[in-house]
Amino acid sequence: MAKATFEEISAADFFYRNRDIAGFTNPSRAIFAAVRELVENSLDAAENLKIPPDIYVRLSYAGEEDRKAGVYTLRVEDNGMGVPPRHIPSAFGQVLFGSKYKPKQQRGTFGLGGKMAILYGQITTHQPACVISSTGSSKIYAYKLMIDIQRNRPLIFDRKVRINKKRWRGTIVEFSLEGHYSGAMRKVLEYFKQTAMVNPYANLTFVDPAGRLYKFTRVTEKMSDPPKETLPHPYGVDVELLQRLIQVTPYRNMNEFLKNHFHRVGEITAQKFLKFSNMKPSRNPKNLSHKEIVRLMRMLKKFEDFLPPDANCLSLLGEELLKAGVLKELKPEFLVVQQRRPSAYAGHPFIVEVAIAYGGEIPKKENFLVYRFANRIPLLYDEASDVSVKVISSINWRRYKVTPDMPIAILVHICSTKIPYKTVGKEFIADRPEVRREIANGLREVARRLKHFLTRREHFKRERKRLDIFSKYLPKIAQFSTQLAGRKNNPDIEKLLKSVRKFGEHKT
Amino acid sequence: MENTKHRNVMTERRQKILTSLENLGDEVYEQLDNGYFPSIEMPSRSTDNIYYDSEIRQFVLGDRKVRRKARNIRHIAPFTKLVWTAYFSHELAAQRRTSTLRDVYYSAQAYAMKFKDQQESNSIITDLETVLGFSREDFNIFPEERSAVFGDLTIEYTVPGYEGKTLSLTSHPDGVMIGPALTSAEFVKTTADKVIAIEKGGLFTRFVEENVHKKFNAILVLTAGQSPRATRHFIRRLNSELDIPTYIFTDGDPWGMHIAMVIISGSANAAHLRELATPDAKWSGVWATDIVDYKLPTDPLEEVDIKRLHELQKDPRYKDKIWQREIKTFLKIRKKAEQEAFSRYGLTYIVDEYLPAKLQETN
Repeated sequence: MAKATFEEISAADFFYRNRDIAGFTNPSRAIFAAVRELVENSLDAAENLKIPPDIYVRLSYAGEEDRKAGVYTLRVEDNGMGVPPRHIPSAFGQVLFGSKYKPKQQRGTFGLGGKMAILYGQITTHQPACVISSTGSSKIYAYKLMIDIQRNRPLIFDRKVRINKKRWRGTIVEFSLEGHYSGAMRKVLEYFKQTAMVNPYANLTFVDPAGRLYKFTRVTEKMSDPPKETLPHPYGVDVELLQRLIQVTPYRNMNEFLKNHFHRVGEITAQKFLKFSNMKPSRNPKNLSHKEIVRLMRMLKKFEDFLPPDANCLSLLGEELLKAGVLKELKPEFLVVQQRRPSAYAGHPFIVEVAIAYGGEIPKKENFLVYRFANRIPLLYDEASDVSVKVISSINWRRYKVTPDMPIAILVHICSTKIPYKTVGKEFIADRPEVRREIANGLREVARRLKHFLTRREHFKRERKRLDIFSKYLPKIAQFSTQLAGRKNNPDIEKLLKSVRKFGEHKT
Repeated sequence: MENTKHRNVMTERRQKILTSLENLGDEVYEQLDNGYFPSIEMPSRSTDNIYYDSEIRQFVLGDRKVRRKARNIRHIAPFTKLVWTAYFSHELAAQRRTSTLRDVYYSAQAYAMKFKDQQESNSIITDLETVLGFSREDFNIFPEERSAVFGDLTIEYTVPGYEGKTLSLTSHPDGVMIGPALTSAEFVKTTADKVIAIEKGGLFTRFVEENVHKKFNAILVLTAGQSPRATRHFIRRLNSELDIPTYIFTDGDPWGMHIAMVIISGSANAAHLRELATPDAKWSGVWATDIVDYKLPTDPLEEVDIKRLHELQKDPRYKDKIWQREIKTFLKIRKKAEQEAFSRYGLTYIVDEYLPAKLQETN
């Protein structure tokens, strides 16, 4: 009888074996995913200090590229907060280590992206990654490191400390990876364009392997406030989280426990809930049995009077910035944006921002251009499965005088502490009824305003045409009647023309 | 007949036309100069404003007026074209040049005016006729289609370059084309005592060959189907200025009958115009009763023919006994015959037998 072997694998090992789920499916996707993960880390690093990001990305050939794949060097530089020296090895050489595990909105949530890219580079090229960083102190730290995949530990090859004369602050990551740029090029460029759209305060520079330079320049220095950390909302907790909270809590009664560890639970709500769940306020949480903890979790979900989660843990773009970004990248003739009020699904707060842009440099296609964003990350794959696309195709656009062949771009941005992604690859958003409703209402509102615009424009067009007709014919009537009547001078028709012009003076 | 009397008539008429065009220009100019959007009033030509006037025996327009307004976005283009057409007509009349409907359509382009199509340009010309009460031929605008005249009538041209020149209308065996030069010509002398209008070219030629003009002392007019206005006006002039009767010969079917009727009583399309109809003219054949009496070879009436007969039956122009009788006979025998049908009795039968009999009958 064969003997089954059981072994524990490290987190790094797990992702090594399952790199598909993190988006590194094939050489083209790998290039795209690596660029994206590192750029997003850099954006977060700058935004945490509320500094307009300056990000430089260079992808170059490290060897010959054949038709399917080649070896590339990827270098990403930012002006972010930098990584404290003692954390550098873990931050870049240990999977699932990071600062992103508290419920506040950030681009990545797994603490996985950047390291996954490095891990992928390591297993495809077996080269160490180079990380240079400074928090703006007097020193710059440079590491050469690899990941010990089986033990999920950083292996440091080299460590240098340099004097930081100019007080530079930021992080530079450089490593090799196997990939296929020509296959990824379209998505990579689209990624930069869309990133620039929702980060109008960022300077993005990209040099591709052929040496082509792509620059996306900021149009504003204004940034939204960085998100705040929050407590978990009662609707979103599970048994595991409850047990952890009970372990660490310094509070010895349920009333204080609820008030201090949960989002938007105050004295009154706590009392109401304890009454609802038949628990004594003086009950010591530490003494709850396993059964009682499960029951507590169920009651938390059942209780209907918890206030909805507060959205100040969300980092919204805001209507002003969204406008600036879309105007900058799409140059439309007309643009309307709307930020929805905060809402929540399963205890996770979320906010939907939508925009609709018309005309200008937006191309006419057979269908609307759809731009999807989640926590300011452009979503470029699996568009058809996304909730936004489903909502868009369910709307009766004719009601808004809109047809799909018009030059129209629709943008949907969902901010949440937990985006309801359908897959770990984070490419499309699941069809949650709460999310769906918000998107639909948002789109209907902007569509209404687009309709007003289109109606007004049509009206002005008609007025313009009217004016053109009068200014074309009145002088002729004057000319011919003068000649016919045998008069010397043409009659004065300026007054008449002016009287029609009154209507035509409005500008769209 | 007095030569100078006719000359004065033509000159006076031209002066009247020029003045009325200039007045129209004045009217528009004054409105513009006073800061108003100009407008022009004219009788409505819609079907509910067309009446049959039994006194003058033709269709006329009722009292309802319409106003073309330059203030109206839908009117201003046709309004401008109307003013241009008036201007262009004035140029034509003043310089004594003639033009065709087609030519007007193309000439507009030289003035950066663009008619949508020939139809629009024709209808604007009709507007101008309606506004001023003159026909387009008075403005020296003629249709393309031409008919012909043959017979002992001497005319004197009034068109530039030919003034004073005379011509006998027997000088060409094909007949003389009824064009602008002829319609504006003055009648100098004639020995004819009747006019015979003929629908078809074949019969017209036969009549010339058979010396009908001499034998019957007649001026022969070829209408070439439904006669153009210039021809109708010309027939009227022959009738009224020479004071001689007019006889019309057409095919023996509802369409031929109506060709005769339009010469006699005018058409609804030209209800805004006078002096096109010749109310005293007679339809002399081929009648439905002739088909029976002369045992002519026939074709059966088709459905459209019968439908047309029923329409004509209700038409006020057809209320006289003889017309009603003929319509009824057509409907009864359900047959029709062409003028050529007389060939069965030999080439000259129609001239030798039928014509004298019918002239007698309808005199």
